[in-house]
Amino acid sequence: MKTLVTRRLFLKGGLAVGAGLVIGLRLPTGRSPLEAAQQGRIFEPNAWIRIDREGMVTIINGQSEMGQGILTSMPMVVADELEADWTKVKVEQAPADPAYNNPRRQAQFTNSSASIRDHIEVWRRAGAAAKEMLIAAAAKEWGAPVSECYAEQGTVIHRPSGRKLNYGELAEKAAALPVPQNPKLKTPDQFKFIGKKVSRLDTSDKVTGRAVFGIDVKVPGALVATVQRCPVFGGKVASFDATRAKAVRGVRHVVQISSGIVVVADSYWAARRGREALQINWDYGPNASQNSAAITRTYADLAKQPAPVARGEGDVANALQKAPRILEAVYEVPFLAHATMEPMNCTAHVRPDGCDVWAPTQSQTGAQQAAMRITGLPREKVRVHTTLLGGGFGRRGQTDFVEDAVETSKAVGAPVKVIWSREDDMQHDFYRPATYNLLQAALDSQGIPIGWLHRIVGPSIMVWQGQALQNGIDRHMIPGAADLPYAIPNLQVEYRYKEVGVPLGFWRSVGESQNAFITESFMDELAHAAGKDPYEYRRMLLGKSPRHRGVLELAATKAGWGTPLPSGRHRGIAVAYSHGSWAAQVAEVSVSPEGSVRVHRVVCAVDCGLAVNPDQIRAQVEGSVVFGLTAALYGAITIENGRVQQSNFHDYPMLRMNEMPTVEVHIVPSAERPSGVGEAAVPQIAPAVVNAIFAATGKRIRRLPIRAEELKKS
Amino acid sequence: MATFVVNGKRETVNAEPDTPLLWVLRENLGLTGTKFGCGIAQCGACTVHLDGQPLRSCVTPIAAVEGRNVVTIEGLSARGGLHPVQQAWIAEDVPQCGYCQSGQVMSAAALLARTPAPTDKEIDAAMSGNICRCGTYQRIRAAIHLAATLAKGGTR
Repeated sequence: MKTLVTRRLFLKGGLAVGAGLVIGLRLPTGRSPLEAAQQGRIFEPNAWIRIDREGMVTIINGQSEMGQGILTSMPMVVADELEADWTKVKVEQAPADPAYNNPRRQAQFTNSSASIRDHIEVWRRAGAAAKEMLIAAAAKEWGAPVSECYAEQGTVIHRPSGRKLNYGELAEKAAALPVPQNPKLKTPDQFKFIGKKVSRLDTSDKVTGRAVFGIDVKVPGALVATVQRCPVFGGKVASFDATRAKAVRGVRHVVQISSGIVVVADSYWAARRGREALQINWDYGPNASQNSAAITRTYADLAKQPAPVARGEGDVANALQKAPRILEAVYEVPFLAHATMEPMNCTAHVRPDGCDVWAPTQSQTGAQQAAMRITGLPREKVRVHTTLLGGGFGRRGQTDFVEDAVETSKAVGAPVKVIWSREDDMQHDFYRPATYNLLQAALDSQGIPIGWLHRIVGPSIMVWQGQALQNGIDRHMIPGAADLPYAIPNLQVEYRYKEVGVPLGFWRSVGESQNAFITESFMDELAHAAGKDPYEYRRMLLGKSPRHRGVLELAATKAGWGTPLPSGRHRGIAVAYSHGSWAAQVAEVSVSPEGSVRVHRVVCAVDCGLAVNPDQIRAQVEGSVVFGLTAALYGAITIENGRVQQSNFHDYPMLRMNEMPTVEVHIVPSAERPSGVGEAAVPQIAPAVVNAIFAATGKRIRRLPIRAEELKKS
Repeated sequence: MATFVVNGKRETVNAEPDTPLLWVLRENLGLTGTKFGCGIAQCGACTVHLDGQPLRSCVTPIAAVEGRNVVTIEGLSARGGLHPVQQAWIAEDVPQCGYCQSGQVMSAAALLARTPAPTDKEIDAAMSGNICRCGTYQRIRAAIHLAATLAKGGTR
């Protein structure tokens, strides 16, 4: 499985503003002005805006909505610069088209928490350019200088005379004017929507059953299909007998596709019944004896040897040799599944002259290229319709589920919806990698760290995503480790690649999701070894990382760090950078004598630059805490005989209502450029909880998920 | 063949008797608001009301609902206007991806029908069968309390 869209390494610092932005100010290819006019597109100055004669503003969103609220925050940004009347704004989902490419990477996708941070300038310029055209049209109409006119709430006003024309009245005239290439943007004090709480535009549909996810797509004449994959990773079909499957009422076709044997029927249930009746001989291949215990042993052996260096400063070996005090620990994290609530699915209709794909995808470009490759059709003949996504978390950037549908439709000559079962989804994911980590630290006589070695042993996300390692390093495996923010003079972070045959992908917050658990837990060990307060110890070492320190201080203050707690409750703290933003969390935890962990309250501070829609930032942080806590308490995908042992929510549990802590979110006021918020607050909760468990019990959890048997009072 | 009432309308469907109600609703009747999440009654995304009680439609064979009364998310506000639970969900901006929310709303509506002013413990008991992977539980709890107030004719 290769994806052509690569996920960017986190980037610190500012956006390269320049030529890339102008590319965005154009219409999707293939649409002529005549067609546009015939479709009632009166004023369509760029790919994101359409205004009709009634003044209705349609804002076209090229990003995938998977819960993060982009269907609301994207139009907020455009409408703000456009000075639109919010009650006359509607949002429409864009097709797959280069006009909607991420300006920093030539592809259309939604990942890396990049929607706002990579597109905001483009969207602002789109809105501002349209507004200038509308103002110019009004000025021309009045024979007045443009400088005497301004726009407000969907209307252009002539200041001296008080004359007004609304956007609907101006649309046709504005369309005849040149598109400004360098429109003037608002200053932050002029924002009408950005920075305010704006209610989501998709909520009503989502509480009435009207929202259309991929699995809900209705295509006339579509058949329903389900695929039997080899239970062992990398295994193949040796032979199969479809006789009994075809005898099931409602089953129409049984064919082999790349991923296995697909049963195509009139209904999902018939397809399932047909699939159960399949007789398949598998060639299990080289992974048939792989198992989690063997993987751990392999990693542990490799961890004894030095590995390629991802970051090296000073002389760690010397520091470790000479320091008065040395700490050493091994940390382990398991494979994790994404478990989106909507199982993987896709609908495709392949015809000789074209192909339509309806996909809950995070990668429009990837889906389109996959369909082009399978059908042999050119790009303009492959239309990708992005539906709502019932969760993404990185899983839906893959194209395997799209390939299932396109291959099947092509094979049977009819529109087909392929639906994965929950078991298929959990056992055929692209998992978060399991890793084994050796850590060593050198403390001076005051307990200050003067040396830090972190050796990561594990498989590679990049390799599974069709990318080459760089000097032996996988850049997705080291964030949260190689960018350790603490001032330590001798520091070395190493990574050893070892393939183990388990498919890997991007799991919400990626490298940081696991490395922050390891580094922030070990940092806590250092603080305790030094006899220092874990918060003050971190604070002291973050002098050169002001934004880390800022969120750390805010979280500690809001949580009342150091103040008394109800009996049995203890606090833990952690801070990390992820996907453009900084976050710190303080968890209040109690541990029962049986070793069960209860998280009562989580206080989170986040610095994501300018907060575009603060309430949705809060929502993302609340959800991130749940996502990270679920993994810390329960998440483990284990391998036996080359197969995933877990299959559904009974053995891969999710946090539920009765375990939900109170989550408080504090957003650092900031005028810095907006950064990511979908992933930034996932990494901190596991170490915050584990550090609180140490405060409660004196026991250090170094292997996730947290296990009650390790915490039981003996 | 099975005959039952869905959202006040009598329906006769041609499906194998072991077909889960979920798939009959979604595929035979086009009521796609009820979601497939796990297929084994572990996640609650498929929750509907059967004779007023919350039911996991993914494990309920169509034969078991013969002659009975099913209400889905599409029929919750059939009498016009939104159900107080739906109003509260909108006021609290509960959904993120939204996939589980039909089931959450149906479970919450069933809870409020039998317990008009639920405590947090009662909310835990009634709602812990519904998984939300986006982690909207805190807002769901707030919205249930708000819905209880709205249902009594109050405002927030």
